[in-house]
Amino acid sequence: MNASAPIKNTQAEDDLIARFDAGRDQLAGSADVSARREAAVGQIRDRGLPHRRVEEYKYSDLRAFMKSAAPLAPKADVAAARDVLQATDCFSGLDRYRIVIANGDFQPELSDVEPLAAEGVSLTDFNELLSGPDGATNLAFPKTGPQDGTVALNTAFIQGGVALSVGEGKVVTKPVEVVHVASAEGAAVTRSRIDLAKGAQLRLLETFIGDTGDGELNAVFDYQVADGATLATTRLVVGNARSARLLTSIATLGADATFKSLGFIAGTRFARNQQFVNFTGENSEAKIYGVSMAGGEDLADQTLIVDHAVPHCNSREFFKTVLDGRAKGVYQGRINVAPHAQKTDGEMMTQALLLSEEAEMANKPELEIFADDVLCAHGATSGEIDEDLLFYLRARGIPEAEARTLLVLAFLSEAIEEFGEEYVTEGLEERVRDWLASH
Amino acid sequence: MLEIKNLHARIAEDETEILRGIDLTVKAGEVHAIMGPNGSGKSTLSYILAGKDDYEVTEGEILFNGVNLLELEPDERAAAGMFLAFQYPIEIPGVATMEFLKTAMNAQRKARGEDTLSIPDFMKRVKDAAAHLNVSMDMLKRPLNVGFSGGEKKRAEILQMSLLEPKLCVLDETDSGLDIDALRIVSDGVNKLRSPERAMVVITHYQRLLDHIVPDVVHVLSRGRIVKTGDKSLALELEKNGYADYVDAAA
Repeated sequence: MNASAPIKNTQAEDDLIARFDAGRDQLAGSADVSARREAAVGQIRDRGLPHRRVEEYKYSDLRAFMKSAAPLAPKADVAAARDVLQATDCFSGLDRYRIVIANGDFQPELSDVEPLAAEGVSLTDFNELLSGPDGATNLAFPKTGPQDGTVALNTAFIQGGVALSVGEGKVVTKPVEVVHVASAEGAAVTRSRIDLAKGAQLRLLETFIGDTGDGELNAVFDYQVADGATLATTRLVVGNARSARLLTSIATLGADATFKSLGFIAGTRFARNQQFVNFTGENSEAKIYGVSMAGGEDLADQTLIVDHAVPHCNSREFFKTVLDGRAKGVYQGRINVAPHAQKTDGEMMTQALLLSEEAEMANKPELEIFADDVLCAHGATSGEIDEDLLFYLRARGIPEAEARTLLVLAFLSEAIEEFGEEYVTEGLEERVRDWLASH
Repeated sequence: MLEIKNLHARIAEDETEILRGIDLTVKAGEVHAIMGPNGSGKSTLSYILAGKDDYEVTEGEILFNGVNLLELEPDERAAAGMFLAFQYPIEIPGVATMEFLKTAMNAQRKARGEDTLSIPDFMKRVKDAAAHLNVSMDMLKRPLNVGFSGGEKKRAEILQMSLLEPKLCVLDETDSGLDIDALRIVSDGVNKLRSPERAMVVITHYQRLLDHIVPDVVHVLSRGRIVKTGDKSLALELEKNGYADYVDAAA
């Protein structure tokens, strides 16, 4: 029996359906894209937002969290977006190129289009791809976890985004920041595609600033990393947003490719950072790191599925979580190894530091291995601050609060240092200190 | 400098009584050795002086330059000039040694209302002190005490002591785990810090450390009490006859 009784929609689901009906004509895309959008909103109507009885959302019940859904944010006012950019800089002092997406829309006039072109990087408004013939071919979906609710919520409402391509063999000299700016309240829903041609190298920063009010933030990144290319990306989900932050990346790696990512979540009410990594060529490597800090009633979810579909690839996953108050941390990591994916080397570790009695951590590392000649390991720990370490620091004259900061930084910096992208270290440690100062 | 009066203390968790009425006065410029068998309360005394909250003082008081030491937090005690060289220095992965030294020195200066050190001034102090103690720059680049040998850890403790310039140095079995050469380096480092303004309490099992760090006064601690006080010859006598006489005397 596949048929199931229609569900009773929640207020948020009703709001989303109304949002879609009202905005249908403004949402870009060719006929096949419109069909995909219809199907996605149909999924929300028929199955609801992802909830705790959906295995992947067992610990992060979006349906229970979203009480309502605000309308999509209005088209950005360039001057207002510029003001937000000037007020908030996640990596101040870092020499980099910038690409701006404001209220869901790519803003060429605020982006470093020409300097990037000189480096062999081309930028296109994602809506142009969607509006072209066969626009839907530009919509990537996770291979594993079909019909993911977060991605469906994205597909239905994509406002825009950027498509960035790095030419063959081009090594971009400075990090590139894709910054999402909210210059007015409302939901921001974006889709971006990052294409690295053979042998290209790019260091990417993904940041989200401004206040979306009650509107959710939903961004999907599609990374295409061709043979021999290297992509390192740092995603920063910070700030006191009261609405859901939903981030997805779908990475497809060719042969001899390197993919490194670090997802940093701090001080956000409901954040889910989900990553899907697919190996499609041999001798490639993926290193995935996560740092989460949550206090109060926050929820920080790092979800990861690595698909070893081909032999001779390595993956390393290392996640750190610090929890205070009544916060909840979630780590779900799965490594799939296909029957012929021999010589796969996968190692996954998740560690949590609990600063309060009521904080809660859900660690779910999983290995699904169908090949017989592989090296795969996983581990999970949860603990408190070691009182002996704290006493040693205090006995040297370091006040308790400062000593705790040092120990939390030490705990998190293991992942940040192993990620090894030194240009972000200072900025991330500053975020850690900020968070600790406010908890 | 330090006045301990009728100090009684127990382990907070299970209320086991460890110290049963210690009286000890240490004046500036003096070096006191505290010797005693295992379990006599030597390390407990050092932890209580530094402020570890695993112990509970049930009676008595400790005055440090006239201030009630027991009312101060561990970091306040350090800033007031108390330093404990740990018997087992703790490894802290992820905390760089240099960063730790700078944080500790500046925290104490701040607590005393002094200016923080400039980077060049800080570097110079560390380099000078490290050279005397045979501490390599390579060691200083590692996380605090991580991967250090027993001897390196003890040298690192003395390095911290010389940089923090405390008024009272409490050395808890600093000789344990040291070979003859390391013992000499550590003792030289300690002796360099002897001064008319500074006092030291050296806790040890064995007399051999006291060949290098010659004490003014020697106390024997047994079952939580000081049962005998004398000059350095007392240490030699203990080395010859053992603690048996004193264990019985305290019983």
